[in-house]
Amino acid sequence: MAINPMSRRRVVAAAAGALVLPLGRGAWAAAAEGGPQRLIVILLRGAVDGLNVVIPCAEPAYYAARPTIAIARPGTAGGALPLDDHFGLHPALASLLPLWRDGRLGFIHAAGSPDPNRSHFEAQRYLENGTPGCSTTPDGWMNRLLQVLPGPRGPTDAISVGPTLPRILTGKAPVANLRLGAGAAEPLPVDRPELAAAFDRLYAGASALDDAYREGRSARTELIGDLAREQEIADGGAPPPASFARSAMQLGRLIAGDPRIRLAFVALGGWDTHVDQGGATGWLANRLRPLGDGLAALAGGLGGVWRDTVVVVFSEFGRTVHENGDRGTDHGHGNAIWLAGGAVRGGRVYGAWPGLAPRQLYQRRDLAVTTDFRAAMSAILGPHMGLAEHQLAAVFPGAPASAAGLDRLLAT
Amino acid sequence: MPSQSRGILAAVCLLLLLPALPANAVDSDQQVLHVLNRLAFGPTADDFNYVKVVGVERYIAEQLDPANITEPIELRYRLAQLATFGLGAVELRQLYGPLRPVAGVKPALDDIREEQQRASLVLREAAQARMWRAVLSRRQLEQVMVNFWFNHFNIFAGEGLERIWIGNYEEQAIRPYALGRFRDLLFAVAKHPAMLVYLDNTQNTASARTGADRLNENFAREVMELHTLGAEGGYTQVDVETLARVFTGWRVNPLDSNAFPEVAAVFEGARHDYGPKLFLGRQLKARGKAEGEEALDILAASPATAHHIAFELAQYFVADTPTPDLVDRLAARFLATGGDIRLVLKTLFDSAEFWASTGQKYKTPYEFVVSAVRAAGVPVNNVRPLLGWMSRLGMPLYGCETPDGYKSTTDAWLSPDATMQRIAFAAAFARGALPVTKDVEDRLAAPAPDRPSPVDPKRLEAIFGSTLTTGTRAVVDAAPAGERAALILGSPDFMRR
Repeated sequence: MAINPMSRRRVVAAAAGALVLPLGRGAWAAAAEGGPQRLIVILLRGAVDGLNVVIPCAEPAYYAARPTIAIARPGTAGGALPLDDHFGLHPALASLLPLWRDGRLGFIHAAGSPDPNRSHFEAQRYLENGTPGCSTTPDGWMNRLLQVLPGPRGPTDAISVGPTLPRILTGKAPVANLRLGAGAAEPLPVDRPELAAAFDRLYAGASALDDAYREGRSARTELIGDLAREQEIADGGAPPPASFARSAMQLGRLIAGDPRIRLAFVALGGWDTHVDQGGATGWLANRLRPLGDGLAALAGGLGGVWRDTVVVVFSEFGRTVHENGDRGTDHGHGNAIWLAGGAVRGGRVYGAWPGLAPRQLYQRRDLAVTTDFRAAMSAILGPHMGLAEHQLAAVFPGAPASAAGLDRLLAT
Repeated sequence: MPSQSRGILAAVCLLLLLPALPANAVDSDQQVLHVLNRLAFGPTADDFNYVKVVGVERYIAEQLDPANITEPIELRYRLAQLATFGLGAVELRQLYGPLRPVAGVKPALDDIREEQQRASLVLREAAQARMWRAVLSRRQLEQVMVNFWFNHFNIFAGEGLERIWIGNYEEQAIRPYALGRFRDLLFAVAKHPAMLVYLDNTQNTASARTGADRLNENFAREVMELHTLGAEGGYTQVDVETLARVFTGWRVNPLDSNAFPEVAAVFEGARHDYGPKLFLGRQLKARGKAEGEEALDILAASPATAHHIAFELAQYFVADTPTPDLVDRLAARFLATGGDIRLVLKTLFDSAEFWASTGQKYKTPYEFVVSAVRAAGVPVNNVRPLLGWMSRLGMPLYGCETPDGYKSTTDAWLSPDATMQRIAFAAAFARGALPVTKDVEDRLAAPAPDRPSPVDPKRLEAIFGSTLTTGTRAVVDAAPAGERAALILGSPDFMRR
């Protein structure tokens, strides 16, 4: 669903209809007055090929390095969608083009980690703990972010989609995780008061299990109403076909209806395209399309809250500039960070572009990193969440304070 | 560690000529449960009573020698009923593999759909075999180690050939070596077609004729990072590229190949890079397939590999963060025995750290679900509800997409929602609400009910009664009889092993 005035009104109207249900905290009133700023992080595990997402169409070296998987220049069959003079967007992401034109989608290219590790698992660890090169950091940067956010803390300030808690959200501050989809609002045995009372006593101790139980109970109490209400809205209209788009819409509505949720995290897998990754069509295209549709659906689900939201999409590293012998790409270095949301000053590709000539490549094979992902995140979090330098330093200890050219990523 | 005191006690018994006195009288229920929680997927009522009688020391010795344990007739019968279980990789591909164009004509959509349904039978039966063994096998340590090594050498049953080969991979490449030599296990895994497809090595090609190499680093990287040396194992990107060249030509045998039609994985010399190679500082002899074997031998014998495997074993069997001292001792044992997994495990089970770690591990969803079924003693004809719950808890069987496999740590599995869902499973299962007794394949002589009776709390009490924590004890005692089984299976005590 593309975000346009028509669809946004419709979503708001649908949600307003839900106001007759017991809402709890006047969520919509808060949103109407300019509610809290939200951050949604989407991690593409497995390293998406950023050079085929935000394509350097103006570089002959790009086409020379990728004889079978390059995305053709804009204006040709299956060609890239033009972004600016230099870059184009993968055609499978056409549903995002309205956001770009609206100035609500941008990218930071040649971004990534200063650590050169090409292991998925190590690189994801660093991306999530926010301390590249240091694997012993016990918590994730989104949890540290939660700890420095001003305002009272509750069990649903941060939510993660999925049955397990990702490293990026682990830490001292309580977080909630939930499953989205058709059965998300179905009652559980712990919703029955007698049994719940007995389990409350079983988990009354001080261990990590007891904490998790209590967080789960509070999150359930807080969110079950939101989920049930969302279910009613979803059942009222046809849900988008792709499962991610459906979940993204659901997530958007959940966040829109509950101003207590400040941070959300989603991980999507399936980007490790070593073999036959395809070009304008094929494997990667088939994964980008639902992602693009999902981001558009997320924007739709957020409704008026979109205005106060930044969505960040990134991967642990990029992929090799040259395609390998299997029409795929191997583990590389620099990648593009995607930024979307009403709070983003989009419509442009940020970051110092290092070029793709052999001498410009990292270790003569990969896109170099010119923007540390921590500097990019700090440039967003500072103005967006109202964080001071010392708070940013607590989120990303030891990180470079800023990067050139990133001082105006957000809409004013 | 009770072995010394038991030794003394045994000596006393001999002196007193009291042959009938069991030598294990000192084993507490706590020790019995500890051993069954770690060497097995938790206690069954039978196993609990058995270990109480024979003692933990003898049980451990027996488990380390699974070939001498007779499997229950029920398990053997169930496995024998599976149509595709035990087929070779070549047969599986011929009978269930993806359809291919014939004379340039693509297969019809209906045929493809039918083929995919047939292929799903193979995966379903692999999952049935895995679950039945986990629940019913008396060779519990073997099942634990198969699960452990499967995650260490993970492949994903998402699509294509992996889907029909994943059960064969477990049976042929992992199970025979689960307690054997690590080197043999590594060789079997690296030569199994499922692994070569999963990590793209079947495409990894050098071409002397055209000079255009088509290298693919995926397999080479994961062999070093995940299978052997570990991420901190001291190799470089150049070593990754070199090992990729070493493995050029290790691939799946093309369907209907005239060369070696009886095997599914081959070394194809025409695709191999015969150039000189310096790997981990050592000059490899350019000699085709043997070069890859030499590289695997170098990796298997490396102290970094010993340390990596020792750490993972200690993490699985003792604690999420095992002491460096224990890991070093296990690594030393690994090196001294040429990677003899059985002997490394014996050292582990003899260690003070092992015995002092009762309840320190948080069960994975797989361990949680299987241990509940074992403790309750519920017959399982239909594994689907169990597989469904494992998926819901984030751990679908054969469903880990990435080659690092499922973790065994608390961090990986403990979450607020997971806690709610585990309790939901415990309550539904205890109530008899899961249709696990349903005879889905219509194989049983006598008709079975769809749903089992509610779990009898007395059965659980007989196993866990003496070891529940006082807090849990009080809550269970105060609850109505109809809720007790759910409370025990959903208690913090039962989440740990």
